[in-house]
This record gives sequence, structure tokens and C-alpha cells, in this order.
Amino acid sequence: MEEETHTDAKIRAENGTGSSPRGPGRSLRHFACEQNLLSRPDGSASFLQGDTSVLAGVYGPAEVKVSKEIFNKATLEVILRPKIGLPGVAEKSRERLIRNTCEAVVLGTLHPRTSITVVPQVVSDAGSLLACCLNAACMALVDAGVPMRALFCGVACALDSDGTLVLDPTSKQEKEARAVLTFALDSVERKLLMSSTKGLYSDTELQQYLAAAQAASRHVFRFYRESLQRRYSKS
Amino acid sequence: MKETPLSNCERRFLLRAIEEKKRLDGRQTYDYRNIRISFGTDYGCCIVELGKTRVLGQVSCELVSPKLNRATEGILFFNLELSQMAAPAFEPGRQSDLLVKLNRLMERCLRNSKCIDTESLCVVAGEKVWQIRVDLHLLNHDGNIIDAASIAAIVALCHFRRPDVSVQGDEVTLYTPEERDPVPLSIHHMPICVSFAFFQQGTYLLVDPNEREERVMDGLLVIAMNKHREICTIQSSGGIMLLKDQVLRCSKIAGVKVAEITELILKALENDQKVRKEGGKFGFAESIANQRITAFKMEKAPIDTSDVEEKAEEIIAEAEPPSEVVSTPVLWTPGTAQIGEGVENSWGDLEDSEKEDDEGGGDQAIILDGIKMDTGVEVSDIGSQGGPKHWKNGADAPIILSDSEEEEMIILEPDKNPKKIRTQTTSAKQEKAPSKKPVKRRKKKRAAN
Repeated sequence: MEEETHTDAKIRAENGTGSSPRGPGRSLRHFACEQNLLSRPDGSASFLQGDTSVLAGVYGPAEVKVSKEIFNKATLEVILRPKIGLPGVAEKSRERLIRNTCEAVVLGTLHPRTSITVVPQVVSDAGSLLACCLNAACMALVDAGVPMRALFCGVACALDSDGTLVLDPTSKQEKEARAVLTFALDSVERKLLMSSTKGLYSDTELQQYLAAAQAASRHVFRFYRESLQRRYSKS
Repeated sequence: MKETPLSNCERRFLLRAIEEKKRLDGRQTYDYRNIRISFGTDYGCCIVELGKTRVLGQVSCELVSPKLNRATEGILFFNLELSQMAAPAFEPGRQSDLLVKLNRLMERCLRNSKCIDTESLCVVAGEKVWQIRVDLHLLNHDGNIIDAASIAAIVALCHFRRPDVSVQGDEVTLYTPEERDPVPLSIHHMPICVSFAFFQQGTYLLVDPNEREERVMDGLLVIAMNKHREICTIQSSGGIMLLKDQVLRCSKIAGVKVAEITELILKALENDQKVRKEGGKFGFAESIANQRITAFKMEKAPIDTSDVEEKAEEIIAEAEPPSEVVSTPVLWTPGTAQIGEGVENSWGDLEDSEKEDDEGGGDQAIILDGIKMDTGVEVSDIGSQGGPKHWKNGADAPIILSDSEEEEMIILEPDKNPKKIRTQTTSAKQEKAPSKKPVKRRKKKRAAN
């Protein structure tokens, strides 16, 4: 944590946009979101958290292959491609996590026998990647006009070696952390939709981090709301 | 998803407009769309927008052993991927033709033209060389993928910095970016592809076709050139027959366009370098235009987590106690362990059960039998309780296996003899370790048969 207080140009060069040092870890990085930036997909959004950037495209509800169709609801597919190399097991696991989160909020029963495809593309990875993918997917689903019963957001937190909580960790903080937890929370009651954790922590700590993530998600949902208000301010 | 077919009236409209020398977006015949290049925070990452076509390029490097027939040269690897978000028709497994064509063209343009000095990528001849990998992802398909991809590739390669390496005798030291500034690749020249779409049996051409124009064109000519007017690659596809002076004319146009594009690339690289050196903000976040209504930014925000501990304690106090911890595994012999007790067979009372005559079923049954015996269950009840399904002996009361309406149902029984041997040995060998039984039983069965 001490390195972050240096104002060395080199350190600043690493955190391109997060140029000022973060406080005792209880703050989220700079957020930015742009919607409807691609012309082909039905909905698209680019979400940036500090230096982590994910671009998500959504197609749907659209035609589905007969082998994949479900008679009473929409088939939700998530296709995640890594930036470098071929997709592997880690991508498959992340796809499944994102899909489970989306299936919990998307009103699939309104569009039976159709497919909704979410394609997140990692543009740059500087920590909290899964949380950024979830946020980008949510904004893209909103942009595509897919009916949802709630919005969702992803919040990542890391637990470093001396037990302090760091919200929205950078990749350096994630590497040195004792545990990294990512939660997906819904916007109505901030309930937990999905959790993916890595590392060692106790059950009290889990409840604490979940409560901290809920506090952070309030901020993320406010960001969603303001960004959509801005978008629809001129009709 | 299937590609939406182009309607006949749209096709006719496009062709008629082209006959009258008009393009749908108002461009002139030789006009390129707006090119926009933005860089990411790490070196070698860039996004190129050619009109609405968007390509993401990333360069990475790795130390590997060189190819056997080229021991002193580094390895270049190009990969262009058509992301599923670029067009609804791009599904995994459905895009092979276009993908192969584009990849091959990229390779010819960049590898065969020797724009990157591969000799400089050698670290230890014959043992360690740099492998430079260029990954391109098409994010949005609005025509002319190859031009956008070639620009993205060359920009990413020029932007990339590889870690510094020093060789002292036998020792090779690889410096991290913190220890020593990373080193750019040595690039001789910048080949850029220019595409020409032909209409009206090759008499009329358009530069930089967009997606609609590509759908109705007769043929495509791609010329890869550098700013020194050297042709690196030339490819004509679609079956149009071009005259010699047409090709020469295209190459002259390509020369002009490549010069403009190269200047744009150099300016963008210079800007990015300046911003990085001065310590200003760089990266994709800066390239999001502030004034767009669809874009929104928020500075970093502190979160108040002071009441987190109280909340957590409340939740834990109200929560039910966690369910019982699973019992520790019991190790019978090396390789055989038991966790839990398994579920009781809920098929009802099965008398004389016949064990399945295949190894898998046999093993399973045996292990469970072993457990049952050690926990004191009677030998005669082996088959009837717990574990896998057992086939019944057909000689006993007729069994209704299914509700099917078939008249004749023949139940095939395995040989009766093995059964007898098995029951004998189970009673005799109660004390011995269960894992040894499968081996012995199988041997005896074979002997009997």
C-alpha cells in the first residue's frame, strides 16, 4: 500500500487513469461507461473500472437453434473470449457464472423459444475482471432492451495479508491478496445473485465482505441510474 | 443465427446508385471512412475504428525455443478472430471460409513481407527466441475487415514494448518492466492493406467498401503496400477479370491512400508516446468522448464501510447454525475410501439379487458389500440392501421391469454358476480387505467359464 503514495511518474504510468493514490482501500476506482457504441449488436456497452475495460455485446431475443431451444423461456448464452490465446477452462467457468447471474434477472419467460446471446470481450485486464464483465453485461442488456426484473452489478473485494478489505482491487492487489471475492448483487434489495471466491477466509469475514459489497453496490447502481438518465435526457 | 438475406430491392438500389457514381454514405469513389486509433494502458493494445468497423489488437511475447530450421530467428504468430458480437452470423464453427481467407491474407501481408526483423528477436541462437503473438478481435463488422485488421496489427506491433534481455556468456537475464524500460520491436516498414470492390464486370471500382457494398460487389482486389510504394501482397478474389492497367491504376491509388494512413498512424503513436512521457492520463478511459450522451464517467468514490462489522455480526447471530460437518473419510485400504454412508436402496424388497456381470458394477457392489459386512450386516442380505441396482434372477417370481405394451419380453440372464461361487467366497472372506476381492472373483469366474 505504501507504493501508492509515491507520485513517481512510473507508478503513475502503471495506473493510467487512476493517477491519484487510493485511500485505505475502501474506495472504488474511476468508472466510465459508454452504451450503444457498436452498430451490429442489438445492445452494446463498454464498461471501464480504472484500467480494466470490458466491451459487451448482446443479441436478442433472436432465432435459436432447435437443439438449444427451451419451450417456455429464452435460452441465454454467454460467450467470453480472452484477449490472448484460445479460450480455456477459466473462460468456461466465468461464462457459466455470468450466465447464472443473467438467468436470475432476465425475464426469459416473456420470450420463449428464442436466444439471448451476451458476448463480453476483455479489452484490458487490471483487476476485478469478473465484476467488470458483469457490469458490462448488465449495461449491454439494458441497452438491448431485454426485459429484466432487476439490474445487477458485480463488486470485487480482496483481503490482503493483514486482513484489511480492499474494494475493487487492482491486479497487483489481487495477486498479493489472501482471498479475492466477487459478488453479483441485484438492484431491488441488494440480494446476492452469485458469488465466486478464491482463497482463505472465515465465515464472519464472508458476511463482512458481503455487507461491504452491498454498500459499494449502492454506488454502482447510482452510477447506472445517472448514466441512463443522461442517455434518455433528450427524447 | 443465419445471415439476414439481402432483399432484391436493396440490391438493385445499391447497384443503381453505384452506376450513377453515388455511395450510400455520401463518400466519393476513392474516399476512406474516418479512421480512429486509440491505445490502452498496457503496451501493444489498441483499438482501430474504420468507420463503424472496429478491431481490437493485442501483441504479447514469450520466450520459446526456435523452430529447428530457423534457429536464429524469432517466431511471429498472427491470429484474427471474428468475435460473436461483430455480426449475428459469426457463430463458433460457422465462419471458417471467411476466417481462413482473412487469416491467410494477414499472414502474407505481415509475415512474408518481412516487416518485423525476426533476427533481432533471437536471444540465444538455437535455444531461446522471442515469440511475438498478435491477436486481433473483430468487434463490429461494417465492411472491409482486412484493412482495419492490418492497420490494427501494424499499430499494435509499433506500440508494443518487449522486456529487455541481456546475455553475458552463458547467463541470460530477463529484466522486468520495473527494472529496465521495455524495448520496442524493430520494424522495417509498415504494410497496410487497401481494398477495392469491383462492380459492373470490373469496370467500376470503389475504395473501402462498407458492409452493404461488399454484399453486392462482383469481386475484391486487396493490395498491401508500404509508404515506400512497395507492394507486399496482392490478391484478387471473386472471379472478376481485371485488365493490366486497372491493376496498375489501383496500385497508384493504394500508394496515395497508404501514405495518408501511415501518416495518421505515426501521428497517433507519437501522441500516445508524448502523453505517456509527460505522465498524463492515457488509456481507453480517456478515449471515451466526454460530450457524448451515451457516455458517462464517474470519478473514484470512497465507500463508507464503518458499519460492516455490526451488520455482519447481526446476520450471523440471526442465521441458523451451519449444517453438520461431513464425517471425515474412512480409509479402508490404499485407494479405497468411504465418505458418508450412501443412500438406502428405495426400490423396495428385492429377493435373490443377481449381480451385474460387468466390472464396473461388480467393483461398486463389492466395495459396498465390504462396507456393509464390516458394519455388521448379515451376509445373506448382501444384495438386497444398499448400493447399485441388482438384476433379478429370472427363475424366481416374474418381474415387471417396465410398463411397455410389448408382447414378448425376453430377459437375458448371466450364467448361474458365477453366482454360486460368489456367495461362497463372500461368506468365507469376511475379514479380508474388500479391495482384494474383485481380483479374485474375476479370476474364478473365468475359470468357471
